[in-house]
Amino acid sequence: MDEILEVLEKDSRITPEEIAKMLRKKPAAIKEAIRKFEKEGVILKYKTVINKDILKQEEPTVRALIEVNIIPQKDLGFERIAERIYSFPEVTSCYLISGTYDLLVVVEGKNLQTVSSFVAEKLSCLENVRGTATHFMLKKYKEDGVILRHKEENKRIAISY
Amino acid sequence: MKELISKKVDKMQPSGIRAFFDLVLGMKDVISLGVGEPDFVTPWPIREAGIYSLEQGFTSYTSNKGLYKLRLGLSRYLEIRHGLKYSPDDEMLITVGVSEGLDLALRAVINPGDKVLIPIPSYVSYGPVTELAGGVPIYIDTRPDGFKLTTKTLKKYLEKKPKAIILNYPTNPTGVSYTRKELSEFNKILLKHKVLCIVDEVYGDLTYDFEHTPFATLPGARNNTVYLDGFSKSYAMTGWRIGFACGPKEIIAAMTKIHQYTIMCVPITSQMAACEALVSGRKSVEEMKREYKRRRELVVSGLNDLGLICSKPEGAFYAFPSLKKIGMKSMQFSKELLQKQKVAVVPGTAFGCDYDDYIRISYASSLENLKEALSRMREFLKGI
Repeated sequence: MDEILEVLEKDSRITPEEIAKMLRKKPAAIKEAIRKFEKEGVILKYKTVINKDILKQEEPTVRALIEVNIIPQKDLGFERIAERIYSFPEVTSCYLISGTYDLLVVVEGKNLQTVSSFVAEKLSCLENVRGTATHFMLKKYKEDGVILRHKEENKRIAISY
Repeated sequence: MKELISKKVDKMQPSGIRAFFDLVLGMKDVISLGVGEPDFVTPWPIREAGIYSLEQGFTSYTSNKGLYKLRLGLSRYLEIRHGLKYSPDDEMLITVGVSEGLDLALRAVINPGDKVLIPIPSYVSYGPVTELAGGVPIYIDTRPDGFKLTTKTLKKYLEKKPKAIILNYPTNPTGVSYTRKELSEFNKILLKHKVLCIVDEVYGDLTYDFEHTPFATLPGARNNTVYLDGFSKSYAMTGWRIGFACGPKEIIAAMTKIHQYTIMCVPITSQMAACEALVSGRKSVEEMKREYKRRRELVVSGLNDLGLICSKPEGAFYAFPSLKKIGMKSMQFSKELLQKQKVAVVPGTAFGCDYDDYIRISYASSLENLKEALSRMREFLKGI
Protein backbone atom coordinates (compact mmCIF):
# COMPACT_ATOMS: atom_id res chain seq x y z
CA MET A 1 0.00 0.00 0.00
CA ASP A 2 1.17 3.50 -0.79
CA GLU A 3 2.74 5.12 2.27
CA ILE A 4 0.48 8.16 1.94
CA LEU A 5 -2.48 5.83 2.44
CA GLU A 6 -0.76 4.13 5.36
CA VAL A 7 -0.38 7.50 7.08
CA LEU A 8 -3.91 8.68 6.28
CA GLU A 9 -5.48 5.43 7.36
CA LYS A 10 -4.03 5.98 10.83
CA ASP A 11 -4.94 9.66 11.04
CA SER A 12 -7.03 11.31 8.34
CA ARG A 13 -6.61 14.75 9.88
CA ILE A 14 -2.92 14.90 9.09
CA THR A 15 -2.21 17.64 6.57
CA PRO A 16 -0.59 17.18 3.14
CA GLU A 17 2.21 19.47 4.36
CA GLU A 18 2.92 17.18 7.28
CA ILE A 19 2.83 14.09 5.10
CA ALA A 20 5.19 15.85 2.69
CA LYS A 21 7.67 16.38 5.51
CA MET A 22 7.38 12.82 6.74
CA LEU A 23 7.87 11.27 3.32
CA ARG A 24 10.33 13.89 2.07
CA LYS A 25 8.20 14.91 -0.88
CA LYS A 26 6.77 18.19 -2.09
CA PRO A 27 3.39 19.18 -0.57
CA ALA A 28 2.03 19.70 -4.09
CA ALA A 29 2.96 16.12 -5.01
CA ILE A 30 1.17 14.79 -1.92
CA LYS A 31 -1.93 16.88 -2.64
CA GLU A 32 -1.95 15.63 -6.19
CA ALA A 33 -1.57 12.00 -5.10
CA ILE A 34 -4.43 12.38 -2.61
CA ARG A 35 -6.62 13.98 -5.25
CA LYS A 36 -5.88 11.04 -7.52
CA PHE A 37 -6.72 8.52 -4.81
CA GLU A 38 -10.00 10.34 -4.19
CA LYS A 39 -10.83 10.48 -7.88
CA GLU A 40 -10.10 6.80 -8.40
CA GLY A 41 -12.19 5.95 -5.39
CA VAL A 42 -9.24 4.51 -3.49
CA ILE A 43 -9.97 7.07 -0.80
CA LEU A 44 -13.73 7.06 -0.40
CA LYS A 45 -14.33 9.12 2.68
CA TYR A 46 -12.76 10.67 5.79
CA LYS A 47 -14.40 9.64 9.02
CA THR A 48 -14.11 10.00 12.77
CA VAL A 49 -14.23 7.00 15.05
CA ILE A 50 -16.66 7.79 17.86
CA ASN A 51 -17.10 5.64 20.92
CA LYS A 52 -20.85 5.95 21.23
CA ASP A 53 -20.95 3.77 24.31
CA ILE A 54 -19.60 6.57 26.46
CA LEU A 55 -21.58 9.28 24.74
CA LYS A 56 -24.32 10.34 27.18
CA GLN A 57 -27.16 10.03 24.72
CA GLU A 58 -30.79 10.00 25.72
CA GLU A 59 -31.45 7.17 23.35
CA PRO A 60 -28.55 4.85 22.66
CA THR A 61 -28.70 3.06 19.36
CA VAL A 62 -29.10 -0.65 18.92
CA ARG A 63 -27.15 -2.71 16.43
CA ALA A 64 -27.86 -6.12 15.04
CA LEU A 65 -26.00 -8.52 12.81
CA ILE A 66 -28.42 -10.25 10.52
CA GLU A 67 -27.67 -13.38 8.56
CA VAL A 68 -29.70 -13.40 5.39
CA ASN A 69 -30.33 -16.37 3.17
CA ILE A 70 -31.02 -15.50 -0.43
CA ILE A 71 -32.15 -17.19 -3.62
CA PRO A 72 -29.78 -15.85 -6.27
CA GLN A 73 -31.30 -14.43 -9.44
CA LYS A 74 -30.51 -15.66 -12.88
CA ASP A 75 -27.73 -13.62 -14.54
CA LEU A 76 -27.56 -11.22 -11.61
CA GLY A 77 -26.55 -13.58 -8.80
CA PHE A 78 -26.66 -11.77 -5.51
CA GLU A 79 -25.94 -8.28 -6.80
CA ARG A 80 -29.45 -7.03 -7.38
CA ILE A 81 -30.90 -8.29 -4.14
CA ALA A 82 -27.85 -7.09 -2.19
CA GLU A 83 -28.37 -3.64 -3.63
CA ARG A 84 -32.01 -3.65 -2.58
CA ILE A 85 -30.92 -4.48 0.94
CA TYR A 86 -27.94 -2.18 1.38
CA SER A 87 -29.85 0.79 0.01
CA PHE A 88 -31.95 0.94 3.17
CA PRO A 89 -30.51 3.68 5.40
CA GLU A 90 -30.86 1.40 8.42
CA VAL A 91 -28.20 -0.87 6.92
CA THR A 92 -24.73 0.29 7.96
CA SER A 93 -22.73 -2.59 6.47
CA CYS A 94 -23.49 -5.42 4.08
CA TYR A 95 -21.22 -8.30 3.11
CA LEU A 96 -21.59 -11.33 0.82
CA ILE A 97 -20.03 -14.26 2.61
CA SER A 98 -19.42 -17.96 2.16
CA GLY A 99 -20.93 -20.54 4.49
CA THR A 100 -24.41 -21.36 5.68
CA TYR A 101 -25.95 -18.06 4.68
CA ASP A 102 -25.27 -15.44 2.01
CA LEU A 103 -25.39 -11.88 3.25
CA LEU A 104 -24.26 -10.50 6.55
CA VAL A 105 -26.13 -7.27 7.15
CA VAL A 106 -25.45 -4.82 9.96
CA VAL A 107 -28.49 -2.80 10.94
CA GLU A 108 -28.66 0.14 13.30
CA GLY A 109 -31.80 1.48 14.93
CA LYS A 110 -33.06 3.49 17.85
CA ASN A 111 -34.16 0.47 19.85
CA LEU A 112 -34.98 -3.22 19.65
CA GLN A 113 -38.39 -2.37 18.28
CA THR A 114 -37.14 -0.38 15.29
CA VAL A 115 -34.62 -3.03 14.33
CA SER A 116 -37.14 -5.83 14.73
CA SER A 117 -39.72 -4.09 12.64
CA PHE A 118 -37.14 -3.36 9.96
CA VAL A 119 -36.32 -7.06 9.79
CA ALA A 120 -39.94 -8.15 9.86
CA GLU A 121 -41.43 -5.53 7.59
CA LYS A 122 -38.65 -4.67 5.17
CA LEU A 123 -35.99 -7.34 5.05
CA SER A 124 -37.77 -10.67 5.48
CA CYS A 125 -40.54 -9.90 3.06
CA LEU A 126 -38.27 -9.05 0.14
CA GLU A 127 -38.73 -11.60 -2.58
CA ASN A 128 -35.68 -13.88 -2.88
CA VAL A 129 -34.97 -13.55 0.84
CA ARG A 130 -35.37 -17.08 2.10
CA GLY A 131 -34.77 -16.47 5.76
CA THR A 132 -33.03 -14.34 8.36
CA ALA A 133 -31.43 -14.78 11.75
CA THR A 134 -30.96 -11.65 13.87
CA HIS A 135 -28.24 -11.26 16.49
CA PHE A 136 -28.45 -8.17 18.63
CA MET A 137 -25.09 -6.74 19.55
CA LEU A 138 -24.42 -6.41 23.26
CA LYS A 139 -21.03 -4.78 23.43
CA LYS A 140 -18.42 -3.51 21.01
CA TYR A 141 -14.84 -4.21 21.99
CA LYS A 142 -12.95 -3.50 18.80
CA GLU A 143 -14.02 -2.13 15.45
CA ASP A 144 -11.95 -1.84 12.28
CA GLY A 145 -8.73 -2.24 14.21
CA VAL A 146 -9.66 0.32 16.86
CA ILE A 147 -10.04 -0.90 20.43
CA LEU A 148 -12.94 1.01 21.90
CA ARG A 149 -11.92 2.19 25.30
CA HIS A 150 -10.46 5.23 26.95
CA LYS A 151 -7.00 6.17 25.88
CA GLU A 152 -4.56 4.14 27.84
CA GLU A 153 -2.33 6.02 30.19
CA ASN A 154 1.32 6.01 29.36
CA LYS A 155 3.08 3.28 31.28
CA ARG A 156 6.62 4.31 30.40
CA ILE A 157 8.66 6.32 32.84
CA ALA A 158 8.85 9.87 31.53
CA ILE A 159 12.58 10.00 31.11
CA SER A 160 15.32 7.42 30.63
CA TYR A 161 18.58 6.93 28.78
CA MET B 1 28.65 4.60 56.47
CA LYS B 2 30.75 5.82 53.57
CA GLU B 3 33.76 3.76 54.65
CA LEU B 4 31.70 0.65 53.94
CA ILE B 5 31.42 1.47 50.26
CA SER B 6 34.10 0.05 48.02
CA LYS B 7 36.61 2.61 46.84
CA LYS B 8 35.96 1.72 43.22
CA VAL B 9 32.24 2.36 43.50
CA ASP B 10 32.67 5.39 45.69
CA LYS B 11 34.88 6.91 43.03
CA MET B 12 32.27 6.43 40.32
CA GLN B 13 30.56 9.66 39.39
CA PRO B 14 26.83 9.51 39.96
CA SER B 15 24.98 10.86 36.95
CA GLY B 16 24.92 14.62 37.31
CA ILE B 17 21.44 14.94 35.94
CA ARG B 18 19.67 12.65 38.39
CA ALA B 19 18.08 15.75 39.94
CA PHE B 20 16.69 16.79 36.57
CA PHE B 21 15.29 13.29 36.00
CA ASP B 22 13.59 13.49 39.39
CA LEU B 23 12.12 16.86 38.46
CA VAL B 24 10.61 15.35 35.29
CA LEU B 25 9.28 12.33 37.14
CA GLY B 26 7.63 14.58 39.72
CA MET B 27 5.68 16.58 37.15
CA LYS B 28 2.31 15.74 35.66
CA ASP B 29 1.05 16.05 32.08
CA VAL B 30 4.50 16.31 30.61
CA ILE B 31 5.05 15.52 26.94
CA SER B 32 8.22 13.55 27.11
CA LEU B 33 10.77 13.47 24.34
CA GLY B 34 13.18 12.10 26.89
CA VAL B 35 12.42 8.44 26.71
CA GLY B 36 14.98 5.87 25.63
CA GLU B 37 12.54 3.14 24.72
CA PRO B 38 9.89 2.50 22.06
CA ASP B 39 6.44 3.97 22.67
CA PHE B 40 4.86 0.81 21.30
CA VAL B 41 3.73 -1.91 23.66
CA THR B 42 5.26 -5.34 22.97
CA PRO B 43 3.21 -6.83 20.09
CA TRP B 44 0.37 -8.95 21.44
CA PRO B 45 1.46 -12.36 20.04
CA ILE B 46 4.73 -11.96 21.97
CA ARG B 47 2.97 -10.94 25.18
CA GLU B 48 0.54 -13.79 24.71
CA ALA B 49 3.40 -16.27 24.38
CA GLY B 50 4.78 -15.04 27.71
CA ILE B 51 1.39 -15.45 29.38
CA TYR B 52 0.91 -18.89 27.85
CA SER B 53 4.30 -20.05 29.08
CA LEU B 54 3.25 -19.10 32.62
CA GLU B 55 -0.05 -20.95 32.22
CA GLN B 56 1.87 -23.99 31.08
CA GLY B 57 3.96 -23.81 34.22
CA PHE B 58 7.26 -22.76 32.67
CA THR B 59 8.61 -21.19 35.83
CA SER B 60 11.96 -22.91 36.25
CA TYR B 61 15.60 -22.07 35.61
CA THR B 62 16.87 -22.64 32.11
CA SER B 63 20.34 -23.64 30.97
CA ASN B 64 22.84 -20.89 31.82
CA LYS B 65 23.30 -20.12 28.17
CA GLY B 66 19.55 -19.73 27.68
CA LEU B 67 16.88 -22.00 26.22
CA TYR B 68 18.30 -24.08 23.40
CA LYS B 69 15.14 -23.39 21.40
CA LEU B 70 15.82 -19.67 21.60
CA ARG B 71 19.51 -19.96 20.72
CA LEU B 72 18.65 -22.20 17.79
CA GLY B 73 15.96 -19.79 16.60
CA LEU B 74 18.37 -16.87 16.88
CA SER B 75 21.12 -18.74 15.12
CA ARG B 76 18.81 -19.50 12.20
CA TYR B 77 17.47 -15.99 12.14
CA LEU B 78 20.95 -14.43 12.05
CA GLU B 79 22.00 -16.74 9.26
CA ILE B 80 18.94 -16.06 7.12
CA ARG B 81 18.87 -12.33 7.73
CA HIS B 82 22.55 -11.46 7.80
CA GLY B 83 24.40 -14.57 6.64
CA LEU B 84 25.97 -14.74 10.11
CA LYS B 85 26.83 -18.21 11.35
CA TYR B 86 26.92 -18.69 15.11
CA SER B 87 26.54 -22.11 16.65
CA PRO B 88 23.72 -22.26 19.20
CA ASP B 89 25.85 -24.73 21.18
CA ASP B 90 28.84 -22.64 22.15
CA GLU B 91 28.89 -19.30 20.36
CA MET B 92 25.78 -17.67 21.82
CA LEU B 93 24.58 -16.57 25.22
CA ILE B 94 21.19 -15.17 26.20
CA THR B 95 21.72 -12.13 28.45
CA VAL B 96 19.69 -9.72 30.57
CA GLY B 97 19.57 -7.10 27.84
CA VAL B 98 22.60 -5.74 26.04
CA SER B 99 23.57 -4.10 29.35
CA GLU B 100 24.52 -7.44 30.86
CA GLY B 101 26.14 -8.60 27.63
CA LEU B 102 28.39 -5.55 27.64
CA ASP B 103 29.34 -6.03 31.29
CA LEU B 104 30.15 -9.70 30.67
CA ALA B 105 32.17 -9.00 27.54
CA LEU B 106 34.29 -6.41 29.33
CA ARG B 107 34.80 -8.50 32.44
CA ALA B 108 35.68 -11.50 30.30
CA VAL B 109 38.49 -9.78 28.42
CA ILE B 110 39.80 -6.90 30.53
CA ASN B 111 42.84 -7.20 32.78
CA PRO B 112 43.50 -4.40 35.27
CA GLY B 113 44.65 -1.32 33.42
CA ASP B 114 43.64 -2.48 29.94
CA LYS B 115 42.50 0.42 27.81
CA VAL B 116 39.11 0.51 26.11
CA LEU B 117 38.23 3.01 23.41
CA ILE B 118 34.78 4.56 23.67
CA PRO B 119 33.59 6.98 20.98
CA ILE B 120 31.46 9.65 22.66
CA PRO B 121 28.81 10.89 23.18
CA SER B 122 27.69 7.39 24.01
CA TYR B 123 25.18 5.49 26.04
CA VAL B 124 25.84 6.32 29.67
CA SER B 125 26.99 2.90 30.90
CA TYR B 126 30.02 2.25 28.70
CA GLY B 127 32.56 4.18 30.76
CA PRO B 128 31.43 3.13 34.26
CA VAL B 129 31.10 -0.54 33.27
CA THR B 130 34.61 -0.47 31.79
CA GLU B 131 35.92 0.94 35.04
CA LEU B 132 34.08 -1.64 37.12
CA ALA B 133 35.73 -4.32 34.99
CA GLY B 134 39.12 -2.82 35.91
CA GLY B 135 39.68 -1.22 32.52
CA VAL B 136 40.60 2.32 31.65
CA PRO B 137 38.12 4.04 29.33
CA ILE B 138 39.67 6.25 26.67
CA TYR B 139 37.04 8.55 25.25
CA ILE B 140 37.08 9.59 21.62
CA ASP B 141 35.18 12.83 21.13
CA THR B 142 33.40 12.50 17.78
CA ARG B 143 31.97 16.02 17.78
CA PRO B 144 34.54 17.53 15.39
CA ASP B 145 33.45 15.08 12.68
CA GLY B 146 29.70 15.47 13.07
CA PHE B 147 29.55 12.80 15.78
CA LYS B 148 31.04 10.23 13.44
CA LEU B 149 34.10 8.21 14.21
CA THR B 150 36.58 8.48 11.34
CA THR B 151 39.44 6.18 10.39
CA LYS B 152 41.84 9.06 10.91
CA THR B 153 40.75 9.59 14.50
CA LEU B 154 40.63 5.88 15.15
CA LYS B 155 44.19 5.45 13.91
CA LYS B 156 45.36 8.22 16.20
CA TYR B 157 43.77 6.60 19.25
CA LEU B 158 45.16 3.19 18.40
CA GLU B 159 48.56 4.56 19.28
CA LYS B 160 47.41 4.36 22.90
CA LYS B 161 47.43 0.57 22.51
CA PRO B 162 43.87 -0.22 23.60
CA LYS B 163 42.72 -3.79 24.08
CA ALA B 164 39.19 -3.21 22.85
CA ILE B 165 36.77 -0.69 21.43
CA ILE B 166 33.06 -0.38 22.19
CA LEU B 167 31.20 0.51 19.02
CA ASN B 168 27.50 1.33 19.10
CA TYR B 169 25.60 2.01 15.91
CA PRO B 170 23.02 3.34 15.30
CA THR B 171 24.22 5.44 18.21
CA ASN B 172 22.40 6.54 21.32
CA PRO B 173 22.23 9.60 21.72
CA THR B 174 23.05 10.92 18.24
CA GLY B 175 21.34 8.48 15.88
CA VAL B 176 24.55 8.30 13.83
CA SER B 177 25.24 5.07 11.98
CA TYR B 178 27.85 3.73 9.59
CA THR B 179 27.73 2.26 6.12
CA ARG B 180 29.33 -1.04 5.28
CA LYS B 181 32.19 0.79 3.61
CA GLU B 182 32.94 2.90 6.68
CA LEU B 183 32.76 -0.14 8.95
CA SER B 184 35.07 -2.12 6.64
CA GLU B 185 37.72 0.52 7.09
CA PHE B 186 37.40 0.36 10.89
CA ASN B 187 37.55 -3.41 10.73
CA LYS B 188 40.75 -3.51 8.71
CA ILE B 189 42.51 -1.19 11.15
CA LEU B 190 41.21 -3.00 14.24
CA LEU B 191 42.32 -6.37 12.86
CA LYS B 192 45.72 -5.00 12.02
CA HIS B 193 46.20 -3.61 15.53
CA LYS B 194 44.56 -6.63 17.19
CA VAL B 195 41.93 -4.56 18.98
CA LEU B 196 38.82 -6.49 19.97
CA CYS B 197 35.56 -4.98 18.77
CA ILE B 198 32.65 -5.10 21.20
CA VAL B 199 29.58 -3.95 19.26
CA ASP B 200 26.25 -2.88 20.66
CA GLU B 201 23.84 -3.18 17.73
CA VAL B 202 20.62 -2.98 19.69
CA TYR B 203 19.25 -0.28 17.36
CA GLY B 204 20.37 -2.16 14.23
CA ASP B 205 16.84 -2.87 13.05
CA LEU B 206 16.08 0.83 13.18
CA THR B 207 18.39 1.97 10.39
CA TYR B 208 16.62 4.14 7.84
CA ASP B 209 18.80 5.26 4.95
CA PHE B 210 20.84 2.15 4.23
CA GLU B 211 21.04 -1.48 5.28
CA HIS B 212 22.42 -2.09 8.72
CA THR B 213 25.70 -4.02 8.57
CA PRO B 214 26.39 -6.26 11.55
CA PHE B 215 30.07 -5.80 12.31
CA ALA B 216 30.70 -9.53 12.45
CA THR B 217 29.72 -9.90 8.78
CA LEU B 218 32.79 -7.94 7.66
CA PRO B 219 35.68 -9.98 6.24
CA GLY B 220 37.72 -11.51 9.04
CA ALA B 221 35.75 -9.69 11.75
CA ARG B 222 33.88 -12.63 13.18
CA ASN B 223 36.72 -13.87 15.37
CA ASN B 224 37.53 -10.39 16.56
CA THR B 225 34.01 -9.31 17.48
CA VAL B 226 31.68 -9.70 20.42
CA TYR B 227 28.31 -9.02 18.90
CA LEU B 228 25.69 -7.73 21.36
CA ASP B 229 22.08 -7.28 20.45
CA GLY B 230 18.68 -7.63 22.01
CA PHE B 231 14.94 -7.62 21.68
CA SER B 232 14.33 -4.33 23.51
CA LYS B 233 14.23 -1.84 20.69
CA SER B 234 13.28 -3.98 17.70
CA TYR B 235 10.37 -5.72 19.37
CA ALA B 236 9.52 -3.07 21.98
CA MET B 237 10.53 -5.47 24.77
CA THR B 238 12.62 -3.22 27.04
CA GLY B 239 10.96 -4.35 30.27
CA TRP B 240 11.48 -8.03 29.51
CA ARG B 241 15.23 -7.50 29.85
CA ILE B 242 16.42 -9.88 27.18
CA GLY B 243 19.34 -9.70 24.82
CA PHE B 244 22.04 -11.94 23.44
CA ALA B 245 25.76 -12.12 22.86
CA CYS B 246 27.48 -13.91 19.99
CA GLY B 247 31.19 -14.35 19.52
CA PRO B 248 34.16 -16.68 19.32
CA LYS B 249 33.52 -19.65 21.56
CA GLU B 250 36.40 -18.92 23.94
CA ILE B 251 35.01 -15.46 24.73
CA ILE B 252 31.42 -16.74 25.00
CA ALA B 253 32.65 -19.48 27.35
CA ALA B 254 34.38 -16.89 29.53
CA MET B 255 31.28 -14.67 29.53
CA THR B 256 29.09 -17.67 30.38
CA LYS B 257 31.30 -18.41 33.39
CA ILE B 258 30.59 -14.97 34.87
CA HIS B 259 26.94 -15.11 33.84
CA GLN B 260 26.37 -18.46 35.53
CA TYR B 261 27.63 -17.18 38.88
CA THR B 262 26.02 -13.76 38.79
CA ILE B 263 22.76 -14.05 36.87
CA MET B 264 22.36 -17.82 36.45
CA CYS B 265 19.92 -17.38 33.59
CA VAL B 266 17.50 -14.92 32.01
CA PRO B 267 13.92 -15.29 33.32
CA ILE B 268 12.25 -18.09 31.42
CA THR B 269 9.11 -16.05 30.66
CA SER B 270 11.19 -13.52 28.76
CA GLN B 271 12.98 -16.28 26.88
CA MET B 272 9.72 -17.94 25.87
CA ALA B 273 8.33 -14.61 24.69
CA ALA B 274 11.51 -13.93 22.73
CA CYS B 275 11.09 -17.26 20.92
CA GLU B 276 7.73 -16.01 19.71
CA ALA B 277 9.22 -12.65 18.71
CA LEU B 278 11.51 -14.48 16.30
CA VAL B 279 8.56 -16.35 14.80
CA SER B 280 5.92 -13.66 14.45
CA GLY B 281 7.57 -10.37 15.28
CA ARG B 282 9.21 -9.37 11.99
CA LYS B 283 6.10 -7.78 10.54
CA SER B 284 5.75 -5.55 13.58
CA VAL B 285 9.42 -4.57 13.34
CA GLU B 286 8.98 -3.42 9.76
CA GLU B 287 5.84 -1.46 10.63
CA MET B 288 7.52 0.24 13.59
CA LYS B 289 10.52 1.09 11.47
CA ARG B 290 8.40 2.82 8.81
CA GLU B 291 6.58 4.73 11.53
CA TYR B 292 9.83 5.90 13.18
CA LYS B 293 11.22 6.94 9.84
CA ARG B 294 8.24 9.20 9.16
CA ARG B 295 8.49 10.69 12.64
CA ARG B 296 12.17 11.30 12.11
CA GLU B 297 11.51 13.40 9.02
CA LEU B 298 8.89 15.45 10.82
CA VAL B 299 10.98 15.99 13.96
CA VAL B 300 14.28 16.74 12.26
CA SER B 301 12.78 19.30 9.90
CA GLY B 302 10.74 20.73 12.78
CA LEU B 303 13.81 21.12 14.99
CA ASN B 304 15.88 22.72 12.25
CA ASP B 305 13.04 25.16 11.53
CA LEU B 306 13.19 26.16 15.19
CA GLY B 307 16.90 26.82 15.00
CA LEU B 308 17.75 23.66 16.89
CA ILE B 309 20.21 22.55 14.27
CA CYS B 310 20.76 18.84 13.81
CA SER B 311 21.86 16.60 11.02
CA LYS B 312 19.61 13.78 10.04
CA PRO B 313 20.07 10.77 12.29
CA GLU B 314 20.51 7.58 10.27
CA GLY B 315 19.06 5.27 12.87
CA ALA B 316 17.67 4.67 16.37
CA PHE B 317 15.00 7.15 17.47
CA TYR B 318 17.07 10.08 18.62
CA ALA B 319 18.03 13.49 17.34
CA PHE B 320 20.85 15.42 18.99
CA PRO B 321 20.33 19.08 18.10
CA SER B 322 22.71 21.87 18.95
CA LEU B 323 21.69 24.79 21.16
CA LYS B 324 24.44 27.06 19.87
CA LYS B 325 22.08 29.20 17.81
CA ILE B 326 19.74 29.53 20.78
CA GLY B 327 22.58 30.50 23.07
CA MET B 328 21.54 28.43 26.06
CA LYS B 329 23.24 25.63 27.95
CA SER B 330 21.59 22.24 27.98
CA MET B 331 20.50 22.03 31.60
CA GLN B 332 19.05 25.52 31.70
CA PHE B 333 17.27 24.93 28.39
CA SER B 334 15.86 21.59 29.52
CA LYS B 335 14.73 22.89 32.91
CA GLU B 336 13.03 25.99 31.54
CA LEU B 337 11.40 24.07 28.69
CA LEU B 338 10.05 21.63 31.24
CA GLN B 339 8.79 24.27 33.63
CA LYS B 340 7.34 26.66 31.07
CA GLN B 341 5.98 24.30 28.43
CA LYS B 342 6.01 20.89 30.09
CA VAL B 343 8.15 19.26 27.44
CA ALA B 344 10.91 16.95 28.68
CA VAL B 345 14.17 16.39 26.81
CA VAL B 346 17.50 14.99 28.01
CA PRO B 347 20.24 17.60 28.51
CA GLY B 348 23.42 16.82 26.58
CA THR B 349 25.42 16.82 29.82
CA ALA B 350 23.81 13.46 30.60
CA PHE B 351 26.20 12.07 27.99
CA GLY B 352 29.29 13.89 29.21
CA CYS B 353 30.16 17.42 30.32
CA ASP B 354 31.40 18.22 26.81
CA TYR B 355 27.90 18.11 25.38
CA ASP B 356 26.43 21.06 27.21
CA ASP B 357 25.46 22.65 23.89
CA TYR B 358 23.19 19.78 22.89
CA ILE B 359 19.98 18.07 23.93
CA ARG B 360 18.74 14.59 23.10
CA ILE B 361 15.28 14.39 21.61
CA SER B 362 13.62 11.01 21.38
CA TYR B 363 11.01 10.61 18.67
CA ALA B 364 9.70 7.40 20.16
CA SER B 365 6.45 9.20 20.89
CA SER B 366 3.16 9.41 19.02
CA LEU B 367 2.89 11.73 16.03
CA GLU B 368 0.30 13.72 17.94
CA ASN B 369 2.69 14.23 20.87
CA LEU B 370 5.58 15.12 18.60
CA LYS B 371 3.56 17.78 16.80
CA GLU B 372 2.35 19.22 20.09
CA ALA B 373 5.85 19.16 21.55
CA LEU B 374 7.27 20.99 18.53
CA SER B 375 4.63 23.66 18.78
CA ARG B 376 5.27 24.08 22.51
CA MET B 377 8.98 24.40 21.80
CA ARG B 378 8.21 27.09 19.27
CA GLU B 379 6.28 28.97 21.96
CA PHE B 380 9.12 28.50 24.41
CA LEU B 381 11.72 29.82 21.99
CA LYS B 382 9.60 32.90 21.26
CA GLY B 383 9.85 33.79 24.92
CA ILE B 384 13.63 33.83 25.18
